[in-house]
Amino acid sequence: MAIHPREKRIILKYADEPGYTPDIDCYMRHGGYVMLKKAVGMDKQMICDEVKNSQLRGRGGAGFPAGVKWSFVDRKSGKPVYMVCNCDESEPGTFKDRQIVHKDPHQLIEGIMISCFATDCAKAFIYIREEMPKGAKILEQAIKEAKEKNFVGDDILGSGYSCDIVVHRGAAAYICGEETGLIESLEGKRANPRIKPPYFPAALGLYMCPTIVNNVETLCNVKHILEMGAEEYAKIGRPNNTGTRIWCVSGGVKRPGYYEVAGITLGELVYDICGGPKEGRTIKAIIPGGSSMKILKNGERFKGKDRDGNEYDWGIEDIPLDYDGIAAAGSMSGSGGMMVLDDSVEIPVALANLMAFYSHESCGQCTPCREGSLWLKKITTRMVHGEARPEDVDLLRSVADQIEGRTICAFGFAVAWPVQSYLDKFEDEFREFAQRHNHLGGDRTAAKELACNH
Amino acid sequence: MEDKDNLITVNIDGHDLQVPAGTNMVEAAAMLRKEIPHYCYHPKLSIAGNCRMCLVELGMPGRDRATGEPMLNEDGSPKIMWMPGPAIACGTKAAPGMHIKTDSPKALESREAITEFLLINHPLDCPICDQAGECTLQEFSSKHGRGYSRFIEEKNVKPKRTRLGPRVTLDDERCVLCSRCIRFCDEIANDSVLGFTDRGSYSTLTCFPGKELANNYSLNTVDICPVGALTSTDFRFKMRVWFLTEINSIDFETSVGTNTVVSAREGKIYRVTPRRNDEVNDTWMTDSGRELYKIVEAEDRLTACSVAGEETAATEAIVKASETLRGGKTAIVGSGQCSVEEQFALKALAKSLDAVSVDLVARYGEDDGLLMSVDRNPNVRGALMTGLIDTLPEERLEDLGSKIDSGEVRTVLSVKEDLTEAGLSEEQLSKVDIVFLGTHRNATSEKADVVLAGLTQFEKSGTVINQQFRIQKFNRVVPGPRGCIEDLYALSTIAANFSDEKFPSTVGSIWKQLAGENSQFSELSFQSLSDQGQVLDGSAFEHLPFREGKSLHFEPKREAVAAE
Repeated sequence: MAIHPREKRIILKYADEPGYTPDIDCYMRHGGYVMLKKAVGMDKQMICDEVKNSQLRGRGGAGFPAGVKWSFVDRKSGKPVYMVCNCDESEPGTFKDRQIVHKDPHQLIEGIMISCFATDCAKAFIYIREEMPKGAKILEQAIKEAKEKNFVGDDILGSGYSCDIVVHRGAAAYICGEETGLIESLEGKRANPRIKPPYFPAALGLYMCPTIVNNVETLCNVKHILEMGAEEYAKIGRPNNTGTRIWCVSGGVKRPGYYEVAGITLGELVYDICGGPKEGRTIKAIIPGGSSMKILKNGERFKGKDRDGNEYDWGIEDIPLDYDGIAAAGSMSGSGGMMVLDDSVEIPVALANLMAFYSHESCGQCTPCREGSLWLKKITTRMVHGEARPEDVDLLRSVADQIEGRTICAFGFAVAWPVQSYLDKFEDEFREFAQRHNHLGGDRTAAKELACNH
Repeated sequence: MEDKDNLITVNIDGHDLQVPAGTNMVEAAAMLRKEIPHYCYHPKLSIAGNCRMCLVELGMPGRDRATGEPMLNEDGSPKIMWMPGPAIACGTKAAPGMHIKTDSPKALESREAITEFLLINHPLDCPICDQAGECTLQEFSSKHGRGYSRFIEEKNVKPKRTRLGPRVTLDDERCVLCSRCIRFCDEIANDSVLGFTDRGSYSTLTCFPGKELANNYSLNTVDICPVGALTSTDFRFKMRVWFLTEINSIDFETSVGTNTVVSAREGKIYRVTPRRNDEVNDTWMTDSGRELYKIVEAEDRLTACSVAGEETAATEAIVKASETLRGGKTAIVGSGQCSVEEQFALKALAKSLDAVSVDLVARYGEDDGLLMSVDRNPNVRGALMTGLIDTLPEERLEDLGSKIDSGEVRTVLSVKEDLTEAGLSEEQLSKVDIVFLGTHRNATSEKADVVLAGLTQFEKSGTVINQQFRIQKFNRVVPGPRGCIEDLYALSTIAANFSDEKFPSTVGSIWKQLAGENSQFSELSFQSLSDQGQVLDGSAFEHLPFREGKSLHFEPKREAVAAE
């Protein structure tokens, strides 16, 4: 049930309907598992082709085409292929997968089973973040129910295809959401992301077997692609940005929440659906796709040429709310966690907050991210504690530049991008802040405590 | 070497280079004598790629997306598509046409950045750090660092002086988290006791609860630690490394013949470390082998020759020994701890004495599958190849015992071996005259009529032949105690006393004779023998039931490789 009339709900169609429960009977009353029954009678390659043709892109962050990802799987190794559902939703500002898992778990299970069948996976794993204990219980129960009905397990619906789903609770770390970190964690190790090459999951994934890692929302979409047909599905949204997306809006808006939409602009989401800024406030900036994405400044003009050579000149509210639209504006749609910063927010303070998060979540494996993220935290914390120096602004930029692109995983970008983009867009504010908070020789207790984590 | 067909052409800084398939770019650059700095990469361990010091620019020949045809520059050369970000050289395996830049501004900037990051929380306590002088962080900071600090924050605080095990001490603040030690324990020592706790910049190397780093290979973690985080508890604070003279040697512990480097200063040995030999010990060594240098200054060391318990000059002792041996009915007990040269001289002596018997004493222990073999004598094969013995030795000298009982043997020359320990009774020993040539006091030296105080392997040069029939040389590191005499000199002089011919008494001169008499050793000389040793033809001894097991045949855990 849509919360706002501008929404187009497919994934969350029933989720918020009164009386809709996460049990299998309710799901089947609403047409559940029909597509799985259909799928097991279909040609596997045909399902894969449908997903490819639908232009479904990953909903986890990078937006990689799901069908293409499936086609990369190494079939020649003779090893079993594994499916891993990434439910380690930990990007700050993102809370969409939680809705699916809590309110409509069978949709996810059906999506996983169809995907597993299509890609001939030997086993599926749902890696659910540790902070969702209730979600894990709901999924366990749902899998139990689905097994009783023979939707999961041996010889599914008499098709001769067998596949089990294992729910694995995560290790309570942001980095467990990085696909190779997740795989390491699933294997029972520290979630240190693997080096690529050689450890691309499609070839050397879980237990060194070919592995597909997909986000919860992505896998749910597979069911609907099969239901609508790739052609029909591809009509939702813009080409290359097909299907709906669930956006999680938080921060300085009147009606924060999650909204499933397609084909609208950022302005329509923030102003129309979310009601715009709170009373007496104006929107200062928007982080579009989770805290690691580059910030968009209100009042800025976003100009350029799109793929077809058409020129565009957008205000922040005109940016098309999809992968390519936000990418054209210089950021990324990421995991769909949109954070709205209003004029009550001091950007350097927001950055200090973010750096505290990232330095805490760096796995510590590779040098630039490990050392750089904590350094950035120490600088920003010192700045907000009133010991800012004018040169700190340039130092922040330089440290971020030294991290970017030199790390094992994308975490390096996640640390560097906020710093770089905040400084790009709000350099004056940083310089003014550094001047205003310049009381060197003050109390160093905070700095000392920072050095002792124990 | 690799098949010519398996060679791949890569281009490093504009130089084309042919390398075997699978070669990583750190090794490839090394072939061009270009050092790509690195911390976590180790040639004998899996690739971790975590230090990011070896970042280089990487490019591949471009291919047209539509046609798949190679893209060409105007001059017809392949167009190289450079990757936007740098790539780690250690994790980049040679591919046809691959180009890397190791000294471009981007690569150098990366090194500066990584160096700065590694130093910000490093204690910079080089003046009191044992690693100083052989510290990779120190070297690379001087070579690739900016020379100034932009860090004004408080440095992280981590545990110091942690006892990881009986022989290894850890300073976590110095650790660069390269994970070499962890990988060594997992992949080589098969004793996974190390890991990281905490996250991010607070990551801390530690031992798993209730465990300690106590395996017989634990000190290798100290060797491979690129910084001063892991230090040898024995060597800690003993000597600044730049004062040490390093001499190549061989581990005398077992028949593996681990290649070593012995470090000494002013006649005193401070440590023994492994020396790389890919055919023998890779870069590893046992902890127990590192302790062996302590025999040099042991309390029970024989520091002077003696006759009937009275200290004498070495020359007098040799005269007396010759007299004693002249009595006839002499048996010789040689040793697998002697060098090839000594065994050769002993054989000559046995011949001119017309010795009743020549024995060796076998020492056997457990095979650990790595560098400790069953045979705990370093040079039994030397005794075989010089012809001193022709069968494998026994652990107990029972034959000799019965010969003494029957009166067939009246005099025994024992080189390095304790006859009591080898199974002879006090009564049997009291029936014979004993000449003992050895380094340490034992029951035999106490009973001996003549004691010749010899030298340990650290005080003389020579060769030994390991279980692969690889002849390897060890060199004199320190001079012996004043009253001692070089074993080879003693044996040669005695041998000369019994024959008309002059017998060579130095390693160099004995090799001339050795090479002349024995076809196995022809074309060899001590001088020309390389530090990696040389494998001799041991097929003549194939029929002997050697007891070496899996040692030297260890296979480290390998990385998974994607199917082609």
